[in-house]
Amino acid sequence: MTDRAAPGRGAPDDLSSIPISKDQLLDWYRQMALIRRVEELAAKAYTQRKILGFCHLYIGQEAVAVGATAALTPEDYAVSAYREHGQVMAKGANAREVMAELFGKATGITHGVGGSMHMGKSEYNFYGGFGIVGGHVPLATGAAFAAKYRGDDRVALCYFGDGAAQQGAFFEALALSQLWKLPAVYLCENNYYAMGTSLERQSFLTDMSERGAGVGMRRWQFDGFDVQEVYRNVKAAVDYARSGEGPVVLEAVTYRYRGHSMSDPAKYRKDGELEQKKEQDGIKSAAAALKADHGVTDDELAEIKKSIEEEAQDAYRFAEESPEPDPAKLYDYVYAPNDEGASPHASPNTDDGEA
Amino acid sequence: MAELQLREALRRAMVEEMRRDERVFLMGEEVAYYDGAYKVSQGMLAEFGEKRIIDTPIAENGFCGLGVGAAMAGLRPIIELMTWNFSLVAYDQIINSAAKIYQMTAGSYSVPIVFRGANGAAENLGSQHSQALESIYAHFPGLKVVSTATPADAYGLLKSSIRDNNPVVFMESELSYGVKGEVPDEEYLIPIGKGEIKRDGSDVTLVTWNKQVFNCQTAAEELAKHGISARILDLRTIRPLDEELLFRCAVETGRMVVVQEGFPFAGVGAEIAARVQEACFDALDAPVLRVTNRDINQPYATNLEQRVSISVDRIVDTARTVVGR
Repeated sequence: MTDRAAPGRGAPDDLSSIPISKDQLLDWYRQMALIRRVEELAAKAYTQRKILGFCHLYIGQEAVAVGATAALTPEDYAVSAYREHGQVMAKGANAREVMAELFGKATGITHGVGGSMHMGKSEYNFYGGFGIVGGHVPLATGAAFAAKYRGDDRVALCYFGDGAAQQGAFFEALALSQLWKLPAVYLCENNYYAMGTSLERQSFLTDMSERGAGVGMRRWQFDGFDVQEVYRNVKAAVDYARSGEGPVVLEAVTYRYRGHSMSDPAKYRKDGELEQKKEQDGIKSAAAALKADHGVTDDELAEIKKSIEEEAQDAYRFAEESPEPDPAKLYDYVYAPNDEGASPHASPNTDDGEA
Repeated sequence: MAELQLREALRRAMVEEMRRDERVFLMGEEVAYYDGAYKVSQGMLAEFGEKRIIDTPIAENGFCGLGVGAAMAGLRPIIELMTWNFSLVAYDQIINSAAKIYQMTAGSYSVPIVFRGANGAAENLGSQHSQALESIYAHFPGLKVVSTATPADAYGLLKSSIRDNNPVVFMESELSYGVKGEVPDEEYLIPIGKGEIKRDGSDVTLVTWNKQVFNCQTAAEELAKHGISARILDLRTIRPLDEELLFRCAVETGRMVVVQEGFPFAGVGAEIAARVQEACFDALDAPVLRVTNRDINQPYATNLEQRVSISVDRIVDTARTVVGR
């Protein structure tokens, strides 16, 4: 019988003792700045109609993905929704394959099939990239279930937003996860808007980690602008989940600078709100910490920025110059082949004369 | 050769596959300690234990999605839905997740999972517990949809479904769980996507699947009394559709009736009729007709339910209409 003592609220006491080296912080600074620059160039390409469809930018929230992923091993799983360009980059994708995917090119992370919202790749243990709000939370729970089933010590990290925390799939997944004490960390990026509806207008509770209370899950909230805080908090949660204690639900308080998607001018914000949030900017605060705590100079930071600019511009050029997907491969990914002789590879029932 | 009930044939398939492959597990409501709501999983907890025979809370959206996530991580889940009616609260996971992930990730993640359970009406269960839902799953590329009748077919097809690297919707029948049939003792697989002629005939083909196969068998005997030789094509799989065999039957008999449980509007029968007339128009001697449920939700009272459901008489009458005698 499962131990029914419900874990309460709050982080372990000794978070500040989790060490962070100068090299780690430098790496995180670089990652955050690269993600932002890639997203800025994506915004530019979108206005030129080089990127089409929906495009949800991560600008403002970079510290969450970078700090959280730093708390994972490469074998750990990460699962997200549709604002995932930065998260998949943090988990291993390079700027080229992300930008090329946004451009709908054959060299993109899913060869132009998935697009902005579906950047899953098994090599990075990043499931995706899912477009139905909250629908991915059970998938992450399944990854954690598989880890426990095999006993292979892996943890699943599930990003979700304050909007997803209202969905039934989210509640069901949390309840199953706690019932079976799965090694999962559910990380809410509370960016204050579910599309255009502000937090107070769409949820009675405003701290989404409190969703854990109803299922008896360990939970707490922290500052999502500071990459070091994100790392320490998520590390504590991941260690807790990996040790077999059960899942954790966290809330990182953050903010998105851009609209919900590229078509949203975000006129619903209060006057001065964006400027006030930008004062907490995660990239600026990481730069300040590097200078104050580790003696990094402005010249060194400028050097990093220069190399980031080159990498982002290279990704942009690569995406522009890459070929379109080959229509002859259109039907390659409808059904997975069977190699065990159970049944032949089913051809789709199609009347596409071009195929 | 042993005579097995449908539930026993399904159980044998799962037990053999679980012995063969550690990655296979069974999850669903009442599958473990209750021995299965319809006793399909009876005794499996005793052999495989709680780790692999897993009772869930009543949370289909949660545990169907969990199964998809576990399949992406390399396990091979069998998710039992007590009935397919309850799958509608998990529709998002079966359609938006399971059916699409292989393509959305350009083949980086596959989803080897079986969703299985009772489909179609039983008796006097009313509006929400009596639906046949093949059409709303077969609509989507990325899923395979098996809907099967006999114990022998169910055994061979469930084993293929468990070994398949794609999400398979596997539909059984509450009324058929106790139906007995001969199942060969040696292990065998039946490929997904292959129909079977269950009874040969030359005047008309009755195209059907799942428990309507049994009604068609009775109807064929009745039609023989009128001098009509009816062939029964049991599709067994709805997607991928066995077009080769379907079209061959249309050409060879020249007349066709689709017997499809469930509503007529945009049902599988409509799809079959469209495809047959597109491919075999010149070979047809009559329009393809359908026998389906009436276009109304299931009522409770026996006399009303019988009026709404498919009957042997309606199959016979429709077949006689297309044959013209």
